Amino acid sequence: MIRLERRASASQFWIWATPVVAVALTMVFGGLMFLALGKNPVDVIRTIFWDPLFGEFAWYLRGQLLVKAGPLILIAIGLSLGFRAGIWNIGAEGQYIIGAIVGAAVGLAFYPTENRWIFPVMVIAGAFGGWAWAMIPALLKTRLNTNEILVSLMLVYVAQVILAMASTGFLRNPEGSGFPGSRNFSSYPAAGNPELIAGSGLHWGGVMAIVVAIAAYVLLQRHILGFQIKLAGQAPRAARFHGVVPQRLIVLCMGISGTLAGLAGLLEVTGPAGQITIDFNVGYGFTAIIVAFLGRLNPLGIVLAGLIMALTYIGGEMAATNLGLPSAAVQAFQGMLLFFLLGVDVLTNYRIKLGGGA
Amino acid sequence: MSADQPTLFAAIGIGKSYPGVRANDDVNFAIKRGEIHALLGENGAGKSTLVKMIYGLVKPDQGHMEWLGAPFAPADPARARAAGVGMVFQHFSLFEALNVAENVALGMENPPPLAQLAAKISKVSADYGLPLDPARRVGDLSAGERQRVEIIRCLLQSPKLLIMDEPTSVLTPQEVEILFKTLRQLAAEGAAILYISHKLEEIRALCDRATILRRGKVVATATPAKTTAREMAELMVGSALASPARAGKAQDFAAGAPALEVRGLSARSPIQFGTSLKDISFAVAKGEVLGIAGVAGNGQDELILALSGEMACGPEMIRAKGEAIGAMGPNARRARGFVVAPEDRLGHAAAPDMSLVENAFLTGAVQRKLARRGFVDWAGAKAFADEIIAAFDVRTPSSGVAARALSGGNLQKFVIGRELRQSPDVIVINQPTWGVDAAAAAFIRQAILTCAEGGAAVVVISQDLDELMEISDNFAALNEGRLTKPRPRAGLSMEEIGLMMGGAHGMEVAHG
Repeated sequence: MIRLERRASASQFWIWATPVVAVALTMVFGGLMFLALGKNPVDVIRTIFWDPLFGEFAWYLRGQLLVKAGPLILIAIGLSLGFRAGIWNIGAEGQYIIGAIVGAAVGLAFYPTENRWIFPVMVIAGAFGGWAWAMIPALLKTRLNTNEILVSLMLVYVAQVILAMASTGFLRNPEGSGFPGSRNFSSYPAAGNPELIAGSGLHWGGVMAIVVAIAAYVLLQRHILGFQIKLAGQAPRAARFHGVVPQRLIVLCMGISGTLAGLAGLLEVTGPAGQITIDFNVGYGFTAIIVAFLGRLNPLGIVLAGLIMALTYIGGEMAATNLGLPSAAVQAFQGMLLFFLLGVDVLTNYRIKLGGGA
Repeated sequence: MSADQPTLFAAIGIGKSYPGVRANDDVNFAIKRGEIHALLGENGAGKSTLVKMIYGLVKPDQGHMEWLGAPFAPADPARARAAGVGMVFQHFSLFEALNVAENVALGMENPPPLAQLAAKISKVSADYGLPLDPARRVGDLSAGERQRVEIIRCLLQSPKLLIMDEPTSVLTPQEVEILFKTLRQLAAEGAAILYISHKLEEIRALCDRATILRRGKVVATATPAKTTAREMAELMVGSALASPARAGKAQDFAAGAPALEVRGLSARSPIQFGTSLKDISFAVAKGEVLGIAGVAGNGQDELILALSGEMACGPEMIRAKGEAIGAMGPNARRARGFVVAPEDRLGHAAAPDMSLVENAFLTGAVQRKLARRGFVDWAGAKAFADEIIAAFDVRTPSSGVAARALSGGNLQKFVIGRELRQSPDVIVINQPTWGVDAAAAAFIRQAILTCAEGGAAVVVISQDLDELMEISDNFAALNEGRLTKPRPRAGLSMEEIGLMMGGAHGMEVAHG
């Protein structure tokens, strides 16, 4: 019989070994899945993990890495603060969409004015949009004790409807010959978010992600708010005894994660995406949940996890186009990563014991 | 009375290990039919492990057990019950929304129809002097009545051996007397009782023999009636015990302004099935220790939440040194020299997975100025943790270990030390020595008394009457969220205390 036995204290080894083992297991079982789909698993895994970095098109794909990792890290850092406090914002995707719409709307309202303050104002508007969208589940939870997981998740679908309305209606490009989608920000310099160094893939989103990761690290290690966030997640009653007001913490953490998701949305729509379209969102808000846990809710871990996740995105796309792999298989592969991560994570606090029930 | 009776149960060379702990080591003891046998030991001495083996919850690593001379190795509790073992746990497993008969039926393998069962319950409860109405909802019962449900559930199976785990911790003195009568009657009918407790006077009054465990080993077998409580305590601890002492004489604390004044404190409980506080009033002077007794669940948790600032109440309901602080949060109160130590060490007073440094910061941040502009001074927090560890003799490898790695007594010393080292003027402590070994308990009581001598006003809420008798100047009792008027402890009889805890004293008006 196999039993789990609680460790006296969390294993330092497994805290860091867990993500590595999870990635390894994902490769093994993902490989089996690709085999079952009739593909050569070694080819697929090389396409996903190796080619984007060192393959033929690496000069282009490496830049894409930062483009994809930026928003993932930005959103995941915000989510991780809430997750640490036991506040489950699952609706970052919705906050991302609303942030993009609000920020884009502010920018487009100035079109075609050229002023260097337009972009900063758009950034603030985008952050505000994400914050406001996150405040709905936060206030419903603190006032009416609703479940923030359900409310924030359902608001994603509301946000998607608003996105469809925006791209076919109130934000549609009047010169777009009736096609859905807003004006393209790449042709509106005052509101654009271009690559900062040509070919690097780095835009303001990447810069912001690094700044936020460092700030979050300092917050958690040194600031009393970081202590309160950790305390509330680990021992809610001890947190109240310390003096934390749970409602305030909920509003704060939901607000931070909403703000960062909105920011990511705005920087994406003005940069790599270029315009508001019906399907401009590609699930960063959901993938960021995996990134947050893959990075062990630790800001530095999240930066690494964001890069790995971006790699699977880019590699997955390559595998889909070059090897004819269904895109659902790539999503299943990413899902496996979270699955194995949470599974192996048990070993941090428990050890496996073989033997009888005695 | 049981010397000539045959042996019912015997443990022979029993051993059991958990990671890092030898819970039982070569334990030998026997219980005769018709005997009330005490199993005595401090927390962590191995009593629970031993009992779980008899009840089929745990299997021994070494040795074996015998039941009426035959080998006995119950694979699970159902088989132990079939052999005739009944057990009443310290923590009840009852469904509050169901009535007594339904709860009893849920614990039986093949329950009879409810009407029949109700009749049986009534009969057993009458036979053994345990009044209980099978149709009442368990949520409405007192702790003592809930325990009767558990006892009657066992009695319906006519057990040959009844195991009782700390049965009196939830009872008033009067209820204890009723329980003892029942147990004596059971023993007279030939059943054996294994009585687990660390309350020595009770064991002296009730038990025929006592097996004393220390660190997993049997260290002595005693006849309680012929052994003093002090001798038994020293066998349990393995060293001589010092009683707490107060230098000062009894004083009249009524004169002078109170350091803590609670007036008309009423508040709804934030806890489900909790007890609301009803018009609680008391005052504590500098240097005074007020003991608040009461059976668990009568408002202790709520009173602590109201005093710590975790539960909102009217500003004027609580005054510290004349200032209205009822509406203030925990940190504003700490800044005014008002500290609180809750009962639950792991999860309330301390965060189990955080280090002692972080746990020192948990309440010490304000008074020790451990946060500047929101940034934590971890070096200062570590110094504070190390100071507590040194001053309160907390046994730990370092201040960096997680709180849950400490033993109960050591963590309690840390938690109490953390509050007392903040030079407080008002100290409120709930269950200062709950689940703590005797040596640590004596140390903690002495530390509390030393603070009182230094001029602090102290409130100690406890379910341990002996403890309250030892350290308090004035005494009050909580009953269903109401507090009796405090009375001088000196001269109170056990009977008067029992009446106060039962709510009969000074409560006529309030109940009317």
